[in-house]
Parts: sequence; C-alpha cells; structure tokens
Amino acid sequence: MKATYREAVRMGLRNALLSDPRVFLMGEDVGRYGGSYAASRGLLEEFGPERIRDTPLSESAFVGAGIGAAMGGMRPIVEVMTVNFSLLALDQIVNNAATLRHMSGGQLAVPLTVRMATGAGRQLAAQHSHSLEGWYAHIPGITVVAPATHNDARDMLGLALKEPDPVFIFEHLMLYPQDGELDETGAPMPLRQACVRRTGTDVSVITYGGSLGKALAAAERLAAEGVSAEVLDLRCLRPLDTEAILGSVRRTHRAVIVDEGWRSGSLAAEITARIMEGAFYELDAPVERVCSAEVPIPYPKHLEDAALPQTATIVEAVRRVLPKGAG
Amino acid sequence: MTVTAAPGLGIERAQAHEILRAMLLIRRFEEKCAELYGLEKIRGFLHLYIGEEAVAVGALRALAPEDRVVATYREHGHALARGVPAGSILAEMYGKANGCSRGRGGSMHLFDVSRRFYGGYAIVGGGLPVAVGLALADKLRGEKAITSCFFGDGAVAEGEFHESLNLAALWKLPVLFLCENNRYAMGTALERHQSQTDIAAKAAAYAIPAEAVDGMDVLAVEAATRRAATSVRSGAGPFLVEYRTYRFRAHSMYDAELYRSREEVEQWKRRDPLRSFEVLLTGEGLLSDQEREAMEQSVQAEIREAEAEAEAGVIEPVADLLRDLQGTGP
Repeated sequence: MKATYREAVRMGLRNALLSDPRVFLMGEDVGRYGGSYAASRGLLEEFGPERIRDTPLSESAFVGAGIGAAMGGMRPIVEVMTVNFSLLALDQIVNNAATLRHMSGGQLAVPLTVRMATGAGRQLAAQHSHSLEGWYAHIPGITVVAPATHNDARDMLGLALKEPDPVFIFEHLMLYPQDGELDETGAPMPLRQACVRRTGTDVSVITYGGSLGKALAAAERLAAEGVSAEVLDLRCLRPLDTEAILGSVRRTHRAVIVDEGWRSGSLAAEITARIMEGAFYELDAPVERVCSAEVPIPYPKHLEDAALPQTATIVEAVRRVLPKGAG
Repeated sequence: MTVTAAPGLGIERAQAHEILRAMLLIRRFEEKCAELYGLEKIRGFLHLYIGEEAVAVGALRALAPEDRVVATYREHGHALARGVPAGSILAEMYGKANGCSRGRGGSMHLFDVSRRFYGGYAIVGGGLPVAVGLALADKLRGEKAITSCFFGDGAVAEGEFHESLNLAALWKLPVLFLCENNRYAMGTALERHQSQTDIAAKAAAYAIPAEAVDGMDVLAVEAATRRAATSVRSGAGPFLVEYRTYRFRAHSMYDAELYRSREEVEQWKRRDPLRSFEVLLTGEGLLSDQEREAMEQSVQAEIREAEAEAEAGVIEPVADLLRDLQGTGP
C-alpha cells in the first residue's frame, strides 16, 4: 500500500488511539491545526478533544504533564513540534522521565511516548534545523528511536506504547512528504533491532533516520562503480544494537557512519568507539564519519546543503576507506 | 478516650494530640538527622524543615488517602505527615536497601507510592508539571483523587510554575498548588527575587483562586487547605494556597547563613509553630504536662526504632547497580 510518511505516522497514531483507551495525544497544535507537520490531521474530529489535546506553548509543562499522566495510569503520546523546542523540556525529560523509576527504587514507571521532528533540509535556519537525537541517546533511562522507513513510522509508535518506560521517537522532517510502501501483513520489527536495508560485502554504511535515503542512494551509485555497500539502519539509537553493527563490520571490514548530528561528541563517535572496542582487528581501514559541519545550520540552500551529509559526501567517504584503485 | 470538645479551637483532644505529635515527630526526627549528619551516617545534601512543620502537618490533614502528594527536596516533614514510616525514611538517608526508595534517592528523593507519596523533586519547580499530569490522569480516568503539589517561594520564579498554573487552570485539573513561602530561595530573600512578593496574588493571572495563610498556625493551615481542597474537589479546577512560614535552620548543612541576621531568625523562632500550638493547647486545657511528657517519650521511642532500623538495614550489592533502570513489563 502506498502512503506518505506523514500518513504512516497518522496510521500509527490512529491505531494506538483505537487499540487502547488509555492512549491520548497532546502537544502544540495537534488538534484543530492538525499538527504542524499535519501528522494528526483529522484525529480531533475522530477522537474528540479529551484525547487529542491542544496545549499552550509550554514544553516543560506538557512534557511534564505527560510524565505525570503516565505515572497516573495513562499512556500519553506527547508531540513536541521539533527537537529544537524540546530543549525547553529538558528538565522534565532528563531529571524526571529518565530518573523516576530508578530514583524511586522501582516504585514508579513512566510509560510515556514523545514524538518530535528533527533534522534539516527545509531552509529553516539555525533554530529549526538541528539533529539533537544523539544528545538524547546519551541518557540512561530512556529509549530513543528514529523511524527511517514508512513501516517504522507507522509501527514504532505502537511498540513504544507497549514499553514500560519513556520512549522518544525522532521523525526527520524531510521524510513527512515522501511516498513509500507500507506492508499490510506481518508483525512489526522489534523496537531495538537494527536492520540491514541493503546487503553488501565491501563496506558497511551505518546510519539512521533522515540519512538512510542518502545512504541507500550512495550505495546505488557505488554499485555502478562495482562497490558493494551494505547499509545498516540503526532504527534504535539507545540502546544501540551493537551486535548488528559489529556483525556488519565483521562481514565488510570497513565502516562509514552517516549521522546528521555534529561530529564532536556525536552518536557517530559512539558507534566508532564501539567498533574499536568490538571489531578492531576486523577493520581493514580506519572508520570514516560523515556528519554535519560544525556550524549552526545556515539558511541559504547552498550552505545548508554543504553543511549536511549528502549522497556525494557519503560516496567520497566510502571511497576513502576502500583500498586504492578499488571501485 | 476522652472526647473533649474545645469550642475555642474547634478540635477534640485526640485530634489536638495527633496534630501536636505529628509536628513533634518531624522536629525530633530532623534534630536526629542533623546529629546523624554530623556523624556522617547521612551524606549528600540534607535540607531540614524545622520551623515549617505546621505546613506539612496542617495541609496533609486536609487530604484523603487516595489523594496524591508531590513534594520538594525539603520533604522529610511531608513524608512523615503522610505516614511514611520514620524507619524507612531514615534508612533511605543511610542509603540502605530498606529505605523508602531502596536507598537510591536519599534525603531529597523520598517515594512511597503505597501512600500516594510521589516524591521528592530536587530541581526547583520540577514537580509542578508532574503534579499537573497526575491530576490529568485522574480527571481522564474519572477518579475522585486530587493532587497536592508543594513548592517553595523560589519555585515561583521558575517558568515551570507559570506554565503549570496556566495548564492546570486551562484544563480545570484537580491540583492543589501549595506554596511554602519561607521567604528565601536558598539564600535570596523574597524581596530580592520577586517583583511581586504577594505570591497568592499571582494566581489571579491564571484565573486560579488563592488564599494566603499564616504558615506558623497549624489549625489555620489545615482550615485553609480544607477550603482549597473542597473547591478543587468540586471540579472548579486548581487552587493555590500560600503558607507564610520560616525555615529556622540553614538551607542545607553547608550553609553559613550569611544572607540573614540572627535577630531575624530569633524573631521568627518566637512564633515556633510547635511551641505556639503547645501553649495554645495547654491554655485551652487540652494538654497536661504528663501528656506532653508521654508524647515526648513516645516520639523519642519511635525515632530510636527508626534509627535501629536504618542501622540494621543492608546496602544493596553493587551487582544491583543497574537495577530499576528499565522495567520489564508494560
């Protein structure tokens, strides 16, 4: 079945609201406006204002209210418009959502799901374009996922709502209008498993979220040059599926990590470290990283493009890890 | 049991003793904590509530067992007044596995969900949004419980205070916002951190009814909180109560108290809520010297038991370090 990514997200929301009366959605403009990325359009009409709740612009209060409501027996889905705004709720996320189970000696549970848009590509400049999911992946006590495919956009939400602890879902804003194929049968893939989206033998391109499409395009271009690139979609950024990462590297002996976050202190750095720790002697070349330039994302198209990982820069990185003369 | 109505106070002898004992328990418990801190049995931060006992005791008497309580990092008094056993609180401060949070939280993070005591929040203002959410859950589930949320005057300067009041009022949620105004945000005096020092007046900006009350008068605290709770229970939405109180001890055990004068502290100590209530009861003929002495003995015995329980507790094995990080079921 064909659908856009945003429609897939909406199907996930609808399925969740239909399957569990404890589920409700709250966030800025999720109701009458239909969601700033139109993911929740039509849900207010279908489920009513008790379950589709427009909130004031107060990220800390409504994320915290999601934590409290989850503790109180509900299964809230909180939509934060973008990761950039989620910084206003960091206290609630880091100091409360992530700590309460442990700090209460196991008495409290926070089965909260938070969705937000992330990433650059629409010339939204330096306050609407950042990829901070790597920061969230630093925090013990929460699970962080990034649905890169339409199936995951639909299915990860339902899986997140079955978790006993907070789950953060990062949807890359460039994916929303993209058309794709949705499976109509079969069980969803488990939340914490990485997935090989393209098999290959020469190099592992490890990525997630909005960069998956670019990585697959790069693999296609490389195939034309006779280079067989495997593309691993991490899917879950915390906890990382370390075995899948190491397994792929053991097969190809070369790794390129594509991460739209900034390079310093990035998720890409963490993955690199895990490869060093777990597959050092399997490597035939140093690990390469393709990350965003270390600059606030600029407004003009040509500079924004230059700041972000692109198919061409991924191809170049792959060439750097291959033996001279290969491809 | 002798039931002596006291027309002047509107409480019976047994109730009067219950209130006095609850305040005395907090006072003696915290004096013991200070001593144990000196002995390094208790580590980390320790924030004493001494001077403010009338607030927790009076306010929590106005709540029902099903109501929820969200407190701050200065919450020993609230935990005790809510019925969390002194032994489990002290064991928590010892970092022992028999502590009310399995030793994972310490003094600032007491939890006892069986008594609907939801903690122990040490980021000023951080408990307010959580309280709003607990109330939202109750409203959506059709429960009759209300959620009480304690915070200090310092929290009033935080954005989370304003965001939470707005959201709770907008959605008419059953939240009791309980501000313990002890006149200092750590060491910064109210006049130095608030442009409007009348905290109750701020509630009007969110169309929330509010009342300010003498926080050194336990009966006034209880009465005001009952009025507020009744309003919240009626479905009218949140209510804010401001208790005007004073912290007799330092902010924490590391505070040199450079920001206030000894005279000011002494002046407030003359209004000691425990002593004032004792004098009141004695004057009304509701408390004899023998009864007072017996109460002292029983409180001391309870604290000795608590100390023994904390001492006897075991620490968690290091192998359990990662326990309770992630749940196993939905």
